[in-house]
Amino acid sequence: MATNGKPKFAMYWAAACGGCEISVLNIHEKILDVDANFDVVFWPVAMDSKYKDVEAMPDQSILLTLFNGGIRNEENEEIAHLLRKKSQLLVAFGSCASEGGIPALANLGTRQSIFETAYFTVSTENPAQVYPQSTYEAPEGELHIPRIYPVLKTLDQVVPVDYYMPGCPPEPHQISAVIDLVIQVLQGKAELPPKGSVIGAGMSTVCDECTRKRNEKKLKKFVRIQDVETIDPELCLLEQGIPCNGPATRSGCNARCPSVGAQCVGCYGPAEGVIDYGARLMSSFASVIDSNDPEEVDRILNGIPDPAGQFYRFNLAKSILRASRYAWKGE
Amino acid sequence: MDKQRITIDPITRLEGHGKIEIFLNEKGEVENTYFQIPELRGFERFCVGRPVEEMPILTNRICGVCPEAHHMAAAKAADAVYHVDPPSTAKKLRELLYSAFYVTDHATHFYALAGPDFVMGPDAPVAERNILGVIHKVGLETGGKVIQARKYGHDVIEKIGGRKVHPCTAIPGGQTTGITEEQRQEIEKMGRWAVEFAQFSLGLFNDIVLGNKAYVDLILGDIYTHATYYIGVVDDQNLVNFYDGNVSVVAPDGERIGKYAPSEYRDWIAERVEPWTYLKFPYLKKVGWKGFVDGKDSGVYCATPLSRLNAADGMATPLAQEQYEKFYSVLGGKPVHQRLATHWARLIELLYAAERWVELATDPEITSTNFHTVPTETPTEGVGIVEAPRGTLTHHYWTDERGVLTRVNLIVGTTNNYAPISMSVKKAAQNLIKKGTKVTEPVLNMIEMAFRAYDPCFGCATHSLPGQMPLQVTIHDVDGEVIDVVRRD
Repeated sequence: MATNGKPKFAMYWAAACGGCEISVLNIHEKILDVDANFDVVFWPVAMDSKYKDVEAMPDQSILLTLFNGGIRNEENEEIAHLLRKKSQLLVAFGSCASEGGIPALANLGTRQSIFETAYFTVSTENPAQVYPQSTYEAPEGELHIPRIYPVLKTLDQVVPVDYYMPGCPPEPHQISAVIDLVIQVLQGKAELPPKGSVIGAGMSTVCDECTRKRNEKKLKKFVRIQDVETIDPELCLLEQGIPCNGPATRSGCNARCPSVGAQCVGCYGPAEGVIDYGARLMSSFASVIDSNDPEEVDRILNGIPDPAGQFYRFNLAKSILRASRYAWKGE
Repeated sequence: MDKQRITIDPITRLEGHGKIEIFLNEKGEVENTYFQIPELRGFERFCVGRPVEEMPILTNRICGVCPEAHHMAAAKAADAVYHVDPPSTAKKLRELLYSAFYVTDHATHFYALAGPDFVMGPDAPVAERNILGVIHKVGLETGGKVIQARKYGHDVIEKIGGRKVHPCTAIPGGQTTGITEEQRQEIEKMGRWAVEFAQFSLGLFNDIVLGNKAYVDLILGDIYTHATYYIGVVDDQNLVNFYDGNVSVVAPDGERIGKYAPSEYRDWIAERVEPWTYLKFPYLKKVGWKGFVDGKDSGVYCATPLSRLNAADGMATPLAQEQYEKFYSVLGGKPVHQRLATHWARLIELLYAAERWVELATDPEITSTNFHTVPTETPTEGVGIVEAPRGTLTHHYWTDERGVLTRVNLIVGTTNNYAPISMSVKKAAQNLIKKGTKVTEPVLNMIEMAFRAYDPCFGCATHSLPGQMPLQVTIHDVDGEVIDVVRRD
């Protein structure tokens, strides 16, 4: 245990953008509660800390680890194993760790195609066809960079995870609520939810917390948001034909995007009880299409130009599909 | 051969961790350094097939520290793809959000990341050389102000962009929503506070840094100096602009060699691939890649607050312009090559951003409901450029006739500076590590200061709390035996 007797806290980012960390900082003064109740032992964004220090800790000595980012390369996975070993409670924090997030859209293609794109863009001059190498013999000695995996994995695809906290990023008020809960548990005033639970989110859908007016939905077409003359500020976006992911998405964000006229993009992941997010969203959309004529239905569905991205924007890695077979072939 | 290797790993984290390898020659001097970036997520590949209106949302996730920059560059590129000119209210709303973001971002960098080196001193004890040390020295009240600046900035981002992190309101042709008069008043009030805060910050810099001869000598010294090209977005008066304009390119001697419109970027910028890192090295195509060297014959350029000041003729707001003039008069004329002066330049930009925030918040058009124009032309191809805090950000999209992406090219803020950062690290290491040098923590910090000036995004990590990067240097002999370990505790 920590020398000061406080339980230990860690936070780590793998293949992430840093937005989860910024969201934690956006709890503002609440961060002082974290400091008062925990001994922060590893949090690269906020403090000096080294892998070696974590390696030296006894197993299970960290009470709570918030792990954000997906598993894109071998280094991400190594740290995931290390933190799993050292932590009593490992939380997949944010969309990427929970479900892959936006970077998991890369699972639709191959690792090779990522390289062929990145190192041969229109502004790249690469006549010698150079690719980065995980091991390279420089004149002065050998250099290493981590090997990138063929598919991006979620945290629970490489280590067991205790809790999931969705959101891209999780909203500050939800982070505060989870911190309060853990502090209450430490004080014996509350109990932890069952292992495997989703925490820091609601139990229903974004639609249920959206203040927009809802009527019976009957869609004759889907529209692209830029083609809408005036987005009705009061009416349900889906009823306006804008493909809003609210019906399949877990509540918890206060319907933030729809409240400013932008469609829900699904960052809070599948609603409670939903196994495959995309399948649920497809059935939600299908149920509001106002036609029984197969040709008309086709025409209406053509209003969604990118079904894979629409239905699996944040959660391809966690879906039943997980990745295209071309991506798997690179394994 | 008795070559030695020093590894600095991890230096910090944002996208995986950057890693520095320092190789010593048999004389014990620095032979070469490699600054490696170990991560690639492949946005340019997996955005293909997505509808172009999603790019402001998708590319946000490149960086959660500066998603606002990607949101804006993506929105502008999508406007260009559709050949649509958003109403002026939409452009002003975007720029207002962006100005508030700059205040937040620059303030955090100065106080949490750069501040500790100057306020506490580069060789102050590690335990004090952090934001908490800064607050103890300059007063708790200052700490409160920094938190307030962050809070206000994010408030404005949320009011206009819908979310504090990863805004969602910019779409092709404008915005999904506008702001009410009530919101405008709050935004104006916060902006006026931000102007005072920026002035206060410059006052602090003046007293603590410019008032201390040792620091001024450090800034002006050779260790942190590189004579490179500079680029930065300017308006039609050649004044610094973050949201819109053409990119001005200035030579090491200060001569403007040209300006390019976003659509012309490929005539000016090319990127090089090295086999030992996942990140590419952009350079000026017209000058050419001559390796990691500075001077007029090398295409290496820099895109930072210092670069933007060097590449422009001045600032578009009165208080920032006063500071701009003072900057060049104190540092001996344009261009300024001393990388540590970037911290000062950043504060001048902070003041400009705050002044611009107030200008836009008091613009009579800002509450107009005319914030979107429906695109009517067939989408094709378009480029959007903004100045991210860490450098010129270029998004280039190609779509089919439905507006679905067929190709994407991104040149991201920090990437511009990859070559100069690598050079700065090498030069600092060469100056600081000589035969028999005991590589102590302060020496490491002085090497770190070389790249910290650029506020690299792989160093955004230290944008927060103690501003302390995890650092460990291990020195190996030729057989791989560890002969010395220096670590930060």
